[in-house]
Amino acid sequence: MGRNEPLSSDMLKGTLDMMILRTLSTGDAHGHTIAKVIERTSEDVLEVEQGSLYPALHRLEDRGWLSSFWGASENNRKAKYYRLTAAGRRRLTLEAGRWRQMARAIHLVMGEHVTEEGAE
Amino acid sequence: MIFARIVRRSRRDHDLAREIAAHFDAERAENIARGLTPEEAERRAHIKFGSARRVHEDLWQQNSIAPFENLAHDLRYTLRTLVRTPGFTLTAILVMALGIGATTALFTVVRSVLLNPLPYPQSSRLVSLYESESVSHSPSPWMPVAAGVFKEWQRATQNTAQMALVSPWQGYNVSASGGQLPESITAAWVSWNLFRVLGVAPALGRDFLASDDQPSAQATAILSNSFWKRRFAADPAIVGKIIYLDAKPHTIIGVMPPSFDYPWPKDQLWTPASHDAPSDLMSAYGDHNFYVTARLAPGVTLAGLVNQIDTVQRRVKLAHPEPPVHNHAVGRSLLDSTVEDFKTPLYTLFAATFCVLLIACLNVANLLVARSAARQRDLAIRAALGGSRWRLIREHLTESLVLSVAGGALGLLLAWAALAWLQHSKIDIARAQEIHLDWWALAVVIAISVTAGLAAGFSPSFSLHAGQLLETLQSSSRSHSGGRSRARLRKALLTAEVSLTVVLLLGAGLLLKSYQQLRTRDLGSTVDNVLTMQFSLPDAHYSAPTQKVAFFEQLLARVRALPGVAAAGISSALPGEGWGGDVLIDIPEHPPLPKGQGIDLMHRGADPDYFAALQIPLIRGRYFRNDERLDHAKVAIISESTAKQYFPGEDPIGRHLGGSDVGPKYYEIVGVVGDTRWKITQPMRPTVYLPLFEGHYGGVGIGVRGNPGVDIEALALPIQKIFGQLDPDLSVANVLTMRQNIGVDTLQDQFNSILVLAFAIIALVLAAVGLYGVLSYLVTQRTGELGIRIALGAQRVEVMRLTLVDGLAPVLIGLLLGLAGGAATVQLLREMLYGMSPFDWSVFSTVVLVLATAAACACIFPAWRASRLDPAQALRTE
Repeated sequence: MGRNEPLSSDMLKGTLDMMILRTLSTGDAHGHTIAKVIERTSEDVLEVEQGSLYPALHRLEDRGWLSSFWGASENNRKAKYYRLTAAGRRRLTLEAGRWRQMARAIHLVMGEHVTEEGAE
Repeated sequence: MIFARIVRRSRRDHDLAREIAAHFDAERAENIARGLTPEEAERRAHIKFGSARRVHEDLWQQNSIAPFENLAHDLRYTLRTLVRTPGFTLTAILVMALGIGATTALFTVVRSVLLNPLPYPQSSRLVSLYESESVSHSPSPWMPVAAGVFKEWQRATQNTAQMALVSPWQGYNVSASGGQLPESITAAWVSWNLFRVLGVAPALGRDFLASDDQPSAQATAILSNSFWKRRFAADPAIVGKIIYLDAKPHTIIGVMPPSFDYPWPKDQLWTPASHDAPSDLMSAYGDHNFYVTARLAPGVTLAGLVNQIDTVQRRVKLAHPEPPVHNHAVGRSLLDSTVEDFKTPLYTLFAATFCVLLIACLNVANLLVARSAARQRDLAIRAALGGSRWRLIREHLTESLVLSVAGGALGLLLAWAALAWLQHSKIDIARAQEIHLDWWALAVVIAISVTAGLAAGFSPSFSLHAGQLLETLQSSSRSHSGGRSRARLRKALLTAEVSLTVVLLLGAGLLLKSYQQLRTRDLGSTVDNVLTMQFSLPDAHYSAPTQKVAFFEQLLARVRALPGVAAAGISSALPGEGWGGDVLIDIPEHPPLPKGQGIDLMHRGADPDYFAALQIPLIRGRYFRNDERLDHAKVAIISESTAKQYFPGEDPIGRHLGGSDVGPKYYEIVGVVGDTRWKITQPMRPTVYLPLFEGHYGGVGIGVRGNPGVDIEALALPIQKIFGQLDPDLSVANVLTMRQNIGVDTLQDQFNSILVLAFAIIALVLAAVGLYGVLSYLVTQRTGELGIRIALGAQRVEVMRLTLVDGLAPVLIGLLLGLAGGAATVQLLREMLYGMSPFDWSVFSTVVLVLATAAACACIFPAWRASRLDPAQALRTE
């Protein structure tokens, strides 16, 4: 498996929402920025499938975790900005907690095996 | 909120477009910044984003409720296709409406009449009790009860039931008063507690008390609501006023509520039995004049109560072994006793409508299969392009559901109209006033519509096999073998349709033939140009036999003198006008009968010219003579069947008959006359006639025969005027011609037979149309094949034969199945047929003939068209 090959979208399902919330916790952003931030911070491992980004954003907005407004983008065009709401913040805390638990559990299970396979 | 999302979908879609455009801008700018050419930057941006349309669609769907969305879509599509074929749509809707309408109407009638509880509190605890000769439920064990017997029952069951007595077939002559004409009314004698047992209180005034129900009490009466409104203009101060019944003053003590109509809907008032009935009747053990209505005490069952009174009855029989005292007691629920007579006819009609509904479903299914055949290629292409099978089936279902729901709506209207007509035409059904459409009927319409829609929609779906896709696509280019499975399905549907039709036709044929026989049945007397009317001489004014005889003689003399009258006669019961009474007699010349047996004869009084007037033939001996009257009336005339049955091989003339029922003396038989029927629907019964001029008969009927060419109905008024002159206080009832009288009795049978016939005709037409459709379809399917055959030299007759056989095979199978099914079902009709077996060969053969003719007519045109095919044309049709 190539190091820089993006992970399959299956892996991202469910975590995309969480990562959007996490990205927005540092400040308001529009869709393109959100995708870029996720890609960059994951060192390009996670490539956001842009087709699913927007439905996800709208879904999160419908649930009241995000709010949106139209603002000027960096290149001075109109862009739709998203902002984390109080409810979104609570949600992020919850999901992040769960994720850490899960990641730790997976790490515990997989830790040794990864090195073995690497040795082959 | 969720709906707001759906409603505002387009605005949000527009927003999204702008958002995506912004995204592209950003991406493009970034790419250019990385040093790509603008074109390449654009291209990369698009590659990276993927399909913007897809995003739009995903979001759109995310903002919709999928099932509703699909339904709306299917509905729109269905409506569009249905509107495009108005002929098909209208036919299908009408067919469904007929089936659903008829079924709903009959369902409503069955429910209102047979199933709904009676309108009394805790009516499930109400029962009717009867005397009976045997405990088995042979033909009709429900015999009326004698008052003496009732008292014994009542005494023994004080803790288990409240029992009341009612004698429904009473009548009074209401005297002229307050400017009103005299009139005859039907009434009932009741024990004082009847209304309490039923749980109904008078709307005005008071109920009877035990003290009213005594021979020594002051005479009282309770009026029905309609009688109070009609005759007393709903006088609010009616209570306490006097009404003259049979010239005797009765105090009106109450008025019943409007809905109360027990025991009979025509009853106008109620009087206490112990006061108004003759006192010997109230203590008799062998004179059965009453029905018993009882309310079970809590915890008591009908079987338990019947057991109890049966024991009492057997004890009574031991103490009074005379023949008229019955051996047993039986009972049934009050509801059953009210509607028993209507069960078989109503359930029969209900079954018939259900058949029609089934046929309607089969027909619509058939039409749908035909349509799906026509759209076969369209469907196959859609399936090949990835249309899911469920989606295609769903389309079928939506289509048939839309049709059946539309049919159901129309059917509801039809049912409403049918019920309105039923109420208007006042068919003589118990509880008819309780019939109306309600939520239940609506629920049934919905249930039937949906079930029928699903049933009709699923069957064509069976032929949508995914595996046949390729075959379908191929066959639609060379359609020689195509559509075979569909044709098989249609043939199967058709077979079912034909067999149901045969069953309906059989039922209709039998009922119709029975009704025809009834119409042409011989009453035993002339029925042409005879006017009848009934009257009753009240004992208060005509207590002496001489007074009665004088009235009869004057009346007959004056009526016979009217111009246009050929003859007139009086009898205590005219032919076809009801039971009239029976007697138990013995014949002194014969060895005495074993104890407990007697000869039961119908009993009539007749004047000397009665037989000649009504043209009842004299077979032996002579008629009564004018001087055989009062104390000299010691003669009797018997009917032919009496002579055959009780004087076999001997001459009855000169023999005697008598018995406690007809008084102390014996009557010498002087004549034998032809048999008459007491009711047109009933078999002849042996009858004895005694002289009317003996002066014992108060309630009688007069029959007046007009001269040929005279309009007998025009004589009604002059005759009624004669009554007025003789006794202004006397009223006449049931002024009807003999034919009208018979017509009333056969109305129910006419109604049943015509209705079932109508259903059968509908079924036949539907089946014929279905057959025609299937065969036409088959011919179209095989156009190419037939064309080749003809081109290769097949005889046209041969082609025609081939097609006919193809179409008639399902008919033949359906016919056989129908005959087999019919043979089983007509058994159930036995009760509704008069004097004929349900296995009437002429009806069976007529049905076969009718069906075969209809089938042949339906098949001949498509077959003929097949044989006329122009081969060149046929082969080019591809």
